[in-house]
Amino acid sequence: MSNNNNRFSRRKFLQTSALTAAAAASGTLVAPSIVRAQGSAVKVGLLQPVSGALSYSGQQGRLGASIAVDEINAAGGLKGLGGAKIVPVLGDAQSTPDGGNAEVEKMNSAGVSAIVGGYASAICLATTQTAARYDLPYIVDVGVTDAIVTRGLKNTFRFGPGFGVLAKTALANLVAINDKAGKPAKTVMIVHEDSAFGSGLAKLLNAQLPGKGFEILETIPHPTPTRDFNNVVLKIKAAKPDIVIPANYYNEYVLLARTMQQQKVRPKAAIYSVLGGAASSYKFVKEFPEAAQYIMDCNHWFDPRNPKALALKRKVEAQGQFFTYEVYMNYSAVLLLADAINRAKSADRAKITEALASSTFAGHVMPYGPTKFVNGQNEGAAPANTQVIGNDIQVILPEAFASAKPVYPLPPV
Amino acid sequence: MHLSILFPAIINGLLTGAIYALIALGLTLVYGVLHIINFAHGALLTAALFAAFFLHKLFGIDPYVAVFILVPAFFAFGYALQRFVIGPASHGDDGNILLVTLGLSVIIENALLYAFRADTRTIDLGYGFSVVSVAGMFLSAPRLAGFAGAVVVALLLWLLLTFTDTGKSIRAVAKEKLGAQLSGIDVAHVYAVTFGLGTACVAIAACLLIPTYYVNPHVGNAFVLIAFTTVVLGGMGSIPGALIGGLFVGVVESLSGLYLGESLGQIGIFLMFILVLLFRPSGLLGELA
Repeated sequence: MSNNNNRFSRRKFLQTSALTAAAAASGTLVAPSIVRAQGSAVKVGLLQPVSGALSYSGQQGRLGASIAVDEINAAGGLKGLGGAKIVPVLGDAQSTPDGGNAEVEKMNSAGVSAIVGGYASAICLATTQTAARYDLPYIVDVGVTDAIVTRGLKNTFRFGPGFGVLAKTALANLVAINDKAGKPAKTVMIVHEDSAFGSGLAKLLNAQLPGKGFEILETIPHPTPTRDFNNVVLKIKAAKPDIVIPANYYNEYVLLARTMQQQKVRPKAAIYSVLGGAASSYKFVKEFPEAAQYIMDCNHWFDPRNPKALALKRKVEAQGQFFTYEVYMNYSAVLLLADAINRAKSADRAKITEALASSTFAGHVMPYGPTKFVNGQNEGAAPANTQVIGNDIQVILPEAFASAKPVYPLPPV
Repeated sequence: MHLSILFPAIINGLLTGAIYALIALGLTLVYGVLHIINFAHGALLTAALFAAFFLHKLFGIDPYVAVFILVPAFFAFGYALQRFVIGPASHGDDGNILLVTLGLSVIIENALLYAFRADTRTIDLGYGFSVVSVAGMFLSAPRLAGFAGAVVVALLLWLLLTFTDTGKSIRAVAKEKLGAQLSGIDVAHVYAVTFGLGTACVAIAACLLIPTYYVNPHVGNAFVLIAFTTVVLGGMGSIPGALIGGLFVGVVESLSGLYLGESLGQIGIFLMFILVLLFRPSGLLGELA
């Protein structure tokens, strides 16, 4: 009996292992054809904080990315994959890093080839790391903290400018504008949100501004969301700085500007934002033109000389939406990814990562120099300075595509 | 720190504190009569904020007009909750009531989350940022209205409890439930009326808050913690205590925000909460146990 049993189990073992081997063999044989079958569709994760405190920005980002996907699909899909369509996998980071991580896990399970988005620095820091565990190529749309690209994550790419470049340009431009007007401003107050983006910026400004002849009177952090800026504005009123530098997200930016207007607090020279959450947003200018008047910003901006950018602007406005930076940043990021997939001629994650690293993509809508990724950061990326003048947003620097001269210092009321 | 900003900061604190007081009034009333902390208070506030938000968004009803719709509606809702859910489910045990209200808050909050997602919504009213100039200060008009509203409601509540038959029976039940029952007072009805009044307070607070505040499914939590602190500070069950406690908490929050920074603004409140619990557990105006 026992012998029989043994024989039987041995036979069974042989059967099973044969089956396994066959399955494995057919698996390897079948795998490429599966990839080819998927050639009709490449899944791309579009991750945005479409609910929670950052929901407006998230929805704008999703809009920009979706337009790019639709345009690529309508124009015959991904050329490098025989016209394969992009299938967007939408994710909601719920305005928190945890929410973002959960979505990356889901997108990975769904078999996406790459992820675009994240928006906020704190979210991007978390989601890029999670994506790195699956060697999942990740294009950061906005998130400006430099730590995003300095951690040596091979999967992470940022097309837009990071903090270092932004702050350097912002400072240089502030000094240039101030010098040109005869140095009317000497004192500065910084109001910043207290997560990675605002705190990092405040730290940088505190290190750099004193060396450029500015005195920092006070640096005020606040959480996101904050629904009452009365205390902050009272402090500004008491300290009477020449320049107020706000660094926060959209809702808080609008509330701060409106509270300043309400309390009739106006700095002598300027409200000069670095990555102001609302300062160069058409939505803010349209809804609260008085609070927005003359606000300056050093921020992401589209290339007004590029007909493709202007066509996108018309398209977005025709949908009744505002042409905010989230839109064109995500639009450009998706085009960058599509270009990489076309050159990789594959939906394979490693190949896409490789193609991104060697990208020289030029078909975007930003006023950037030649695309060149060094450790995941696009060296060509650069911001622009804008100012709200009248009911429009004008580019005041760089001079190459400026549409107006800065109004500085602020004209008396 | 400049005196010129200290004074406005205190005034701002008082304006915020009035709303805290209004929310605490409902909580303290329910505590005074039913002898339970109503954990659903915050969730009911959230529900009222959503109601005020959608009345404005869908029907264009101004929040100050919405008071007259929401107060009866929320009174009825609170009455029904106590009469048909909390009361029967508690089986006469106070501990059970606590759990039932906690359960209710979870249900209400998650229902709102399911229906409206985690988005933060605000309404934009023409007068949302209008100001009244007082002695060189610019005070937010809707927040002044909130302050006035809170004081009026506290006064009305006090008059109701002192001079009406309903008020007398509420006080009778609060003092001696069995005695009240023996003299012919319908205790279940009084409980439900009290709960209804507490809920109506929350509806008023929501209408006064929404012009300058925002709503999301978790917004009530921040308030219920503060309201709880206020009630303990003022004395459990004391109406003047809730009013004074609320104003005091508002000022403490504003000043600690000013001196410690907005990120740490609420630390002051909870430090104070701990101190009160340590040194005067019955609260400023509470009866000594």
